[in-house]
Parts: sequence; structure tokens; C-alpha cells
Amino acid sequence: MSTLTVIFMVAGLFFFTTATIGFLRFPDFYTRMHATAKGDTLGTLLFLIGLAVYILHHGFHWLDLVQSIKLIFIAVFWFLASPTATHALLRSAFESDLAPWTKDGKAVIEWPPKGGEK
Amino acid sequence: MQSFFIAAALVLCLLILLSLYRGVFGPTVFDRIIGAGFIGTKTIILLLLMGFIFNRIDMFIDVALAYSILNFIGTLVVSKYFIRKGVK
Repeated sequence: MSTLTVIFMVAGLFFFTTATIGFLRFPDFYTRMHATAKGDTLGTLLFLIGLAVYILHHGFHWLDLVQSIKLIFIAVFWFLASPTATHALLRSAFESDLAPWTKDGKAVIEWPPKGGEK
Repeated sequence: MQSFFIAAALVLCLLILLSLYRGVFGPTVFDRIIGAGFIGTKTIILLLLMGFIFNRIDMFIDVALAYSILNFIGTLVVSKYFIRKGVK
């Protein structure tokens, strides 16, 4: 059982490191947001599953069940909250006319967007 | 198992340090907001790991839960605050 915990936590750490590498190396705000939001959401889920498994492997006890349910609740809440926060952040960046990065510098979409649904 | 938790916590601290770079030198203010959000997520996991290391699990789970909610609301408020033309 505790090897399962180690497997889950190493996988969680892997996704956190890839998200950090993406966060540092990507050229533009939008691409960084892309890497960060997804990376840490999955990393959080894997970590919390590993910890919940670790709680339960000492032998089944009602108190441990409540704690592992609260752990899974944190993961579920973060699965709902992270996309919302990401969307709000991207929307505010887009409305602040932060131009998306292109390899040759020429804008692919017409930029700045004319008015939109303001 | 105990030493594995400590090792995982150390790796998370290293990742926080790395993502602090973009938080400080991020060209636009929105990169700094991602940096804060990203470090916040890792802090939740760090809190839980500390709970397991000091085996006071129930207290730290509630702290991590409260902090994840605050982190979410903080990101929303800050991103709503920083809408202005021609960000630099």
C-alpha cells in the first residue's frame, strides 16, 4: 500500500516539475498559463490521492476515512477552482491587450480586437 | 515513509524557488499573478506534507483546505483588478 503512495506522489512531483519548467521556459503569458494551470491541477490530484491512500493503509478507521474524504475534497475543489481562476486571469490579460506571442512577430488573429462584446 | 515525505517537501520547496524567478522577473504583471497562484498551489501540498511529517494530519488538512479557497479567491480578485489598457 505504501508503494502505491510513493508511486502517486512521484507522479504528482513529475507533473509539478514539468509545470514549473513550462512556466519558466515558455515565451509568452498565454503559453505559461497553459502549462501552469494544467500541470498543478493534475499534480495536486495525484498528490492528494497518494496521501489519502497513505492515511487508509494503517488499517481502516472511521476517523481516517473522514480525513481522506477531506483530502479528496481539496482535490475536487481545486479541479473546479483552477479553470475558473485561469479563465478570469486570461480574460483580464486579453482585455488588457496583451498580444499573444507568434514566432515571426506578425499577429495571427487581428490584433487588437475591435471592441468585441465590451 | 517519513523520510520520503521530507524528500518530497524539499523537492517542492526547490520548485517554489524556481517559480519565484518568474514571479520576480516576470515581464508582465500577469506572469507575477500566475507565479503567486502557482506557488500557492504548491504551498497547499507542502502544508499537507508537513501535516504528515508532524503527524497532526487533521489540523493541517483544514489549513490546506482554507488556504486553497483563499488562493482561488485571491487570484480572481487580483486578475479582476489588473484590467487596464496596454499592460506593460
